[in-house]
Amino acid sequence: MFEIIEKKQLNKTVTLMEVVAPYVAKKVKPGQFIILRVNEKGERIPLTVFDFNREKGTIKIIFQIVGATTKLLNELKKGDKIHDVAGPLGKASNLDGIKKVAVIGGGVGCAIAYPTAKYLHEQNSIVHSIVGFRTKELIILKDQFEKISDRFILTTDDGSEGDKGLVTNSLEKLILAGENYDRVIAIGPLIMMKYVCLLTKKYNIKTIVSMNPIMIDGTGMCGGCRITYDNRICFACVEGPDFDGHLIDFDEAIKRNLMYKDLEKKALEKTCNLLKGDS
Amino acid sequence: MPNMSLEKTYMPVQNPSKRNKNFEEVSLGYNEEQAINEANRCLNCKNKPCSLKCPVKIDIPSFIEKIKEKDYVNAYKIIEKSSSLPAVCGRVCPQETQCESGCVRGIKGQSVAIGRLERFVADWNNENEKEIEKVNNNNIKVAVIGSGPSGLSCAADLAKNGFLVTIFEALHTPGGVLSYGIPEFRLPKKIVEKEIENLKKMGVTIKTNVVVGNSITIEELFKEEGFKAVFIGSGAGLPKFMNIKGESLNGVYSANEFLTRVNLMKAYEKDSQTPIYKAKKVAVVGGGNVAMDAARCAKRLGAEKVYIIYRRSEEEMPARLEEIEHAKEEGIDFKLLTNPVAINGDENFFVKDIECVKMKLSEPDESNRRRPVAIENSNFKIEVDSVIMSIGTSPNPLIKNTTKGLETTSWGGIIINEKTGETSKEFIYAGGDAVTGSATVILAMEAGKKAAKAIIEKLS
Repeated sequence: MFEIIEKKQLNKTVTLMEVVAPYVAKKVKPGQFIILRVNEKGERIPLTVFDFNREKGTIKIIFQIVGATTKLLNELKKGDKIHDVAGPLGKASNLDGIKKVAVIGGGVGCAIAYPTAKYLHEQNSIVHSIVGFRTKELIILKDQFEKISDRFILTTDDGSEGDKGLVTNSLEKLILAGENYDRVIAIGPLIMMKYVCLLTKKYNIKTIVSMNPIMIDGTGMCGGCRITYDNRICFACVEGPDFDGHLIDFDEAIKRNLMYKDLEKKALEKTCNLLKGDS
Repeated sequence: MPNMSLEKTYMPVQNPSKRNKNFEEVSLGYNEEQAINEANRCLNCKNKPCSLKCPVKIDIPSFIEKIKEKDYVNAYKIIEKSSSLPAVCGRVCPQETQCESGCVRGIKGQSVAIGRLERFVADWNNENEKEIEKVNNNNIKVAVIGSGPSGLSCAADLAKNGFLVTIFEALHTPGGVLSYGIPEFRLPKKIVEKEIENLKKMGVTIKTNVVVGNSITIEELFKEEGFKAVFIGSGAGLPKFMNIKGESLNGVYSANEFLTRVNLMKAYEKDSQTPIYKAKKVAVVGGGNVAMDAARCAKRLGAEKVYIIYRRSEEEMPARLEEIEHAKEEGIDFKLLTNPVAINGDENFFVKDIECVKMKLSEPDESNRRRPVAIENSNFKIEVDSVIMSIGTSPNPLIKNTTKGLETTSWGGIIINEKTGETSKEFIYAGGDAVTGSATVILAMEAGKKAAKAIIEKLS
């Protein structure tokens, strides 16, 4: 059992938790993830580690309430325990030798993009961050990003804060203005990563994305997380989650992520009713 | 007076049309009268041809003699000398190619039902259990990686000899393939839990959610946690795919994923939070026990039509005879000498049909089975909405990749000294599917026992 020692609501649907998980805290590196199970009957879901404290043996996770499991997770309070936390899983991001980088974060994907940007900043890379949200209320980690970025751009789809428009518009402007990045790192919804990759391919800038497909074990056992990468089947949990975005079949990945859409909707409705009953 | 019936004493089973809708155990086991009746078919041969065919050399005629005397305590003791998981092996061993294939009674008629008798004794013991003796520990720490059959048997033998054993399990529930792979209706999980409880009573510590290689390396187990030896029983967990068109479609599962959702995550139970795609028509590709398990689970989840697609004929099928028979009784449709060439999808990226070719058998290959070859222009489609690939697994490379100097074969199997189970690195042992590639529970168990013996000798 893994105790929650801190819980913070970052916005209406995004929560940060600090959890005691000594094995993970001791070894985790940027880009790696955990699998957790909220309770005894829970499903296993992957979540990327946002931050860690090796001395305290704790990790921080940030999650958005998107389905039944994240909703149940969000019901837990400080002092409660998560039934299972396993990890760290996947390969650590390879961030060596990057001189100038554009880090693109979309929505809750910013929670994964931030530690990467911070790490690069600490390695003396020039970091330009472009973070995008649907609307003002959904903004997270703004101050943190600003602090570690040589250049910081915030976009909202509706223009309620920052630049109105998509992250790809801002990125293209910077590229056209002569910013010569040797790497773009894009983490967010599949559709955002797809369009960032289409753009950077045009300008021939190597682009790394972090894939977060459906998975069960996270150790290569189920094969549920398979994606088509460079025209071959790849298990994202062991070969990823970071991949060269120009070689990913995004259209397939988007369709695969919808496999349980109907079942998930039902499960969420059921959970909502359950929680109603409790309160 | 021996029972000279040519046939095995009937073991009651759940009615096929009822059981293919539930997950309760199919075979109900012998009662005392049936067990004694069957035991009386054993002629107690002096040369014990059955024992010779048993991978762990259980003294079969002797334990059967004890059943005849109604002395089940000693019957169990005899089995226990050679086997750590009798309740499991009695249910899942391929007896027809092992012990029972050596039985003299099988020459004219059916062999003695050794597996059923083993199960009877083990179940009797579980119900009439005495206190487990705790041995004084010798303060020597040994780590076991993986809690499947090889890890459990290795841990048990080490604990019996006073070692302080910690098992590290990557999943949240121990048992390995016994928990995530073999379905409830063939191996009730309470039997696996019982084995694990017994281990804990012997003083074995089980740490779940620890992925050795990632959470901690083998080197750190030695240097930081003070273990004196490590046994790797991490199994063969990586599923294979066929590399044909359409394997990424929604509705295509590896058998590992499908069975894990069903067995470990209990997706068939109403209150399970793990989703599973309940298909109407399912094709399972493969002819092993895992394929039979997947097909029978799919049926139980409500599929109207379930096919087994296998490229050779029934004779070459690696599955246990009993599983093949049970699958047929439950209405699984066997498409033999048939091989998939593509899976086709609909506009929403879900499986629509599986395209196959007819096969014929030619001369035997290296596995001594006749090699299947495709018949030209024999393509045909079977309409399905889910495909489960059950064509084998290979060892997970995680431990190999994180342990310097650990030698493996070209396909990733850990190389060991056959006599001791020791790997290319001193004090590191390995056994089970991590060494052999996917094999059977009993072979893994034997490997765990062998390594335990070697570890005891090495560290004493």
